[in-house]
Amino acid sequence: MTELYQSQRAMRNMRRAAMQRGVIAILDIGTFKIACLVLRFDGPSQLTDRDAVGPMAGQSSFRVIGAATTRSRGVRFGEIHTMPETERAVRTAVQAAQKMANVRVDHVIACFSGARPRSYGLVGEHHLQERMVTEQDVARVLAACDMPDIGRDREVLHAHPVNFALDHRSGLGDPRGQAGNKLSCDMHMLTVDALVVQSLLHCINRCDLEVAGLASSAYVSGIASLVEDEQELGAACIDLGGGATGLSIFIKKHMIYADSVRLGGDHITSDISKGLQIPLAVAERIKTRHGGVHATGMDDREMIDIGGDSGDWDKDRRQVSRAELIGIMRPRVEEILEEAHARLEAAGFDHLPSQQIVLTGGGSQLLGLDGLAAKILGQRVRLGRPLRIQGLPQAATGPAFSSAVGLCLFAAHPQDEWWDFEMPADRYPARSFKRAVKWFKDNW
Amino acid sequence: MQPMTLRRDPAPSRMSYRMQRLWLTPAFRIFLRHGLPLLVVMGFFGIYLSSPVRRADVVAGYQSIRHAVEHRPEFMVSMMSIHGASTPLADAIRSMLDISFPISSFDLDLKAMRAKIEALDVVASANLQVVAGGVLQVTITQRSAAFVWRTRDGLELIDATGHRVASITSREATPNLPLIAGLGADKAAAEAQAIFAAAGPLAPRIRGLVRVGDRRWNVVLDRDQEILLPEQDPVAALERVIAVDQAQALFAHDITVVDMRLPNRLTLRLSDAAFAARQHALGLDMAAKKAGAQKP
Repeated sequence: MTELYQSQRAMRNMRRAAMQRGVIAILDIGTFKIACLVLRFDGPSQLTDRDAVGPMAGQSSFRVIGAATTRSRGVRFGEIHTMPETERAVRTAVQAAQKMANVRVDHVIACFSGARPRSYGLVGEHHLQERMVTEQDVARVLAACDMPDIGRDREVLHAHPVNFALDHRSGLGDPRGQAGNKLSCDMHMLTVDALVVQSLLHCINRCDLEVAGLASSAYVSGIASLVEDEQELGAACIDLGGGATGLSIFIKKHMIYADSVRLGGDHITSDISKGLQIPLAVAERIKTRHGGVHATGMDDREMIDIGGDSGDWDKDRRQVSRAELIGIMRPRVEEILEEAHARLEAAGFDHLPSQQIVLTGGGSQLLGLDGLAAKILGQRVRLGRPLRIQGLPQAATGPAFSSAVGLCLFAAHPQDEWWDFEMPADRYPARSFKRAVKWFKDNW
Repeated sequence: MQPMTLRRDPAPSRMSYRMQRLWLTPAFRIFLRHGLPLLVVMGFFGIYLSSPVRRADVVAGYQSIRHAVEHRPEFMVSMMSIHGASTPLADAIRSMLDISFPISSFDLDLKAMRAKIEALDVVASANLQVVAGGVLQVTITQRSAAFVWRTRDGLELIDATGHRVASITSREATPNLPLIAGLGADKAAAEAQAIFAAAGPLAPRIRGLVRVGDRRWNVVLDRDQEILLPEQDPVAALERVIAVDQAQALFAHDITVVDMRLPNRLTLRLSDAAFAARQHALGLDMAAKKAGAQKP
């Protein structure tokens, strides 16, 4: 636990150093594409009224000065499975973005969708020694959260203090300075497979870059595509990616649940490829140009050349109707949405006051998806596009870039996490000089 | 539709990726733009000049070019012409400068030559210039002698500012120059000039001025008469004496000294004979006294 705390703290420091230098890259490692944006920070911003314990990680306004996207390689289900291939793809994206920005970036903040995220809700309690809540008390109550058994080779990716309660007053954003006897907090913790993260970090390090932060893409695409009242009142974001579909539930501007379904757009493509006996590249092209989920009478007459260059005239002149294509795609899309719905159900989404669901990610561009999703997920479904941020090229404003944009926001205005708070004095390693200083501070 | 050949990998090689990152490093760019050319140039010169033979070659080459330029006919000076100097002075200047013509004008140090010429007493100022046609033109302004100054060592000519012009052996050479004498007379030459100018009717009678104690003037007239002028404002005193002389024919009387040292009191000294005659006339002389004493 302490080790993770230290490593996350080191990343925060790295991020602060990058902000000082004014340039940071964000890297969205997806299954279908790898996007790299270079951000330039323009100093501290006026946006300090976050609904949390108060910004502690340092915030800044920023501008995108370089953007590049490349086809992802060696990534499956949002996890790296062929590191040299992925490394080359990352290099391609980073180099192009650097070239556009005309600066060298050394620090990147990365996000990924895979690694089997699992959410935990933690509760901590702490009896105050004095009647006033100090920063130390906040640190103690966070440290007092009972750690569940997260399993071997799992690591904590996010740990957001979601809610503070003082005696019987709940829903406090910032308990500091308030009087009470018992401070308790709810923390949302997201754990991921450590080995997957490790290989991701190794891959980025091989590109001579330093990791200044890691985020779950479900979380960051939620930040980018949920509007403010949705985040406040409660909403779920479904990020339909290439290899994995990320789910995140937000309420009171905090993520309270995240999960991912290991199904995505690539499975639709492979279904088409298998069903029509065509290469994956052609299947992808047909999916994006002619794909849909609702077949109409018109679609029976719309014939699509699927071609091929086998040399066999009959095989190369094949045609397929759009209805057939939809017939292949629809079951898979339904499966994805049903799986997502099951996860949301399991998380207790139907108990939330607001049942808003936002579909985003590259897969949400599928024609007619909102109609199908409304049937499966409930009536309050909309298609979400990411926020507009300064300097982002037009080509990177689509829903496929919502996790990249969310990562920019995450880089500029991170929400306070557990490691942004001070460590309680009694948790420091023994014989630490800091501990001695702390003791002096507390007692004199 | 899709060609089945392997597509070119768009990913940069690790080397080119690192090179690009290096190129985007500001320090590296600055070094490449400024540091490296400087190093190359300095290195080249350093290596080239490290051998003494090559260093000597460079110096010799430079010298020969310089010599060739300086000795072009346009820059050569072939003669010297001296204006405004008497023949003996011109000869003296020629022999003093001792230039062997033809000579390059770059080798002529006109300032030093001018200082050398102006060191001569007789030269008030000199103007040297190399004019077209390769002529070194020396224009001299000679000092004009204003006084003959008699000192213990002999006679000297000085100009109106008191600067020495030349020595002479006898007064015959310059009969019309006024004579001054005494220690420090040269330094007060300007005052002497004023006194001579104010002399007016007395001028033909003045034999010279004598500086007394390096502070005031005596005007020596013929017939052993003298006017003692005060330190302050001697010209006004002299004018008063002249006025008295014109009104009462002062110097026609038998007096030896007109003393103006106290400016508001004109004091006369009679000659011995006149004094005796006056005493006698007043019955104050020794004989009269004796007679008076003898007479009851």
